[in-house]
Amino acid sequence: MTDVAVRPPTAPAVPLTLRLAVRDIWGITRRNLLRIIRTPQLLFMSIVQPTIILLLFRYVLGGAIRVPGLNYVNYVVPGIFLEAVLIGGMTTALALAQDLQAGIVDRFRSLPMARSAFLAGRTLADVCRSVLALAFIIGLGAGVGFRFHSNTGACLAGVALIVAFGYAFSWVYAAIGLAVKDPQTAQMAALLPMFILFFASSALVPVSTMPGWLQPFAQNQPATVTINAVRALFEGGPVFHDLWQAALWCTGIFVVFLAISLNLYHKATA
Amino acid sequence: MNAAIEVKGVTKRFGGTLALDDVSFSVQQGDVLALLGPNGAGKTTLIRVLTTLLKPDSGRARVAGLDVQKDARAIRSLIGLAGQYATVDELLTGRENLELIGLLYHLDKAVYRDRAQDALERMSLTGAGDNQVKTYSGGMRRRLDLAASLIGRPPVLFLDEPTTGLDPRTRNDLWQFIQDLVAEGTTVLLTTQYMEEAEHLAQAIVVLDAGRVAAQGTADELKDQLGGNVLEIQVTKRADLDKAASLIASLSSAPPRLEAALNRITLPVQGGPRVLIAAGRALDDAGVELEDLGIRRPSLDDVFLAITGHPATPGEDAGQPPHSPKANQ
Repeated sequence: MTDVAVRPPTAPAVPLTLRLAVRDIWGITRRNLLRIIRTPQLLFMSIVQPTIILLLFRYVLGGAIRVPGLNYVNYVVPGIFLEAVLIGGMTTALALAQDLQAGIVDRFRSLPMARSAFLAGRTLADVCRSVLALAFIIGLGAGVGFRFHSNTGACLAGVALIVAFGYAFSWVYAAIGLAVKDPQTAQMAALLPMFILFFASSALVPVSTMPGWLQPFAQNQPATVTINAVRALFEGGPVFHDLWQAALWCTGIFVVFLAISLNLYHKATA
Repeated sequence: MNAAIEVKGVTKRFGGTLALDDVSFSVQQGDVLALLGPNGAGKTTLIRVLTTLLKPDSGRARVAGLDVQKDARAIRSLIGLAGQYATVDELLTGRENLELIGLLYHLDKAVYRDRAQDALERMSLTGAGDNQVKTYSGGMRRRLDLAASLIGRPPVLFLDEPTTGLDPRTRNDLWQFIQDLVAEGTTVLLTTQYMEEAEHLAQAIVVLDAGRVAAQGTADELKDQLGGNVLEIQVTKRADLDKAASLIASLSSAPPRLEAALNRITLPVQGGPRVLIAAGRALDDAGVELEDLGIRRPSLDDVFLAITGHPATPGEDAGQPPHSPKANQ
């Protein structure tokens, strides 16, 4: 009947160390990866959309589009790579809203785990899925005539930049999912930034062909500078201007939306 | 100073509604306290405050001697939470769910593996342990949910309506399991809409109604508050119900309660056998045919009715079929 009798054998309230936080992130990432593997239909859906856009612009619309100095297939395919990771990130919003609604977040929040691990584990698992989708689209791109023209290091750097962009953006989607909390709404809300950034960019046509009022936005927005940097890395040629801008955008988006998402998660009481 | 849970003047407002209104009580170490009340009484809100998920607007709450706001992280290592909506991952297996929770409690891998295996055996889930949870029945999910809350071997356990929607056999198994935990020294705070559950499991009962503590004490203390006995009459013909009620109304200062579906009338009374005889005589003289006539100690249902002015009988969700995995999505 004393305190001693009811105390658990394990020491309570271990202080949260970086090592434990990393372990928490790994646990949540693993959980989400298992969920991804066990819903292959969702993985399939995340490659259908970029596949359609790729085939549409390669074989249906591409013939009518002239890009100075570059074969259109080599112009458009890097843009589709970026779209593949952008669309993959949408599932981050959807999955977070689902977890909030199912109540499993309450269980996680009642545990001594690092709270940020819930979000970090989500975005890391989703970036793994994006890498899979990207690998498929790269293969498909090669199948329809896309070729890498620069050295291996530059090409790998280009692919890495696409993945980094996708990861930074998954935090935007995390913030959307946490803000709207409802899976259906999250999916719709996540479509909007995807459409604006992908279509009002240099992904499909040169920005110079767009109306004057749109050009300043289209020329400087993150998707355009990232695609320009990636193309330069794949084709060879001057890359630094676009590359540092893309790096700045990715870092900025990551830092700002990480902060917003963490704040929303702390306040979430779904 | 051996209180495992202390709640003092906790108030929580959501917009215009007062979800918790100056709630105070305490639970001794190794006791079971039942928070009893209908839907919307504030039971879940209180659990959320005590498990550090929700900050109270005012008041103080301590769990295992620690302040829920200042020492939230330390408290989380010392508590387990099992919810009304079994919060386990559908796409993971039972074992994967338990091992994940163990990892997040910061247990060593060898320890959480052992405990997951233990928990599966204890909850009779060994055969299904490596199947995805989406294949589980409602009762299996609830057992897994409870097992997950125990992986950290918490000294204080919060159970939010642990048996709502379960069939009687599964419910009895869970009751036995909770009693075993308490015998090992765990402090349990559970919420329930069922009088029977509170009476069966809890040393102390707090009756919550519309966010306020309407009454607290042991089951017997609550029954003594009502005082006296309850006269219960069942008539043969429904047509006699009103007539019978008016005939016995003079035996008590409280109004008779009619349950038309059962042809039954209950009436709180002060006396014993003399009241019973008087009632029998009056009804017989008036030619009312009786199915049953008796006097008994008040049930917690009677107490709840007297305290809150409405029956505690749960609404539609209590009638949920026991095996409805989809209900938990």
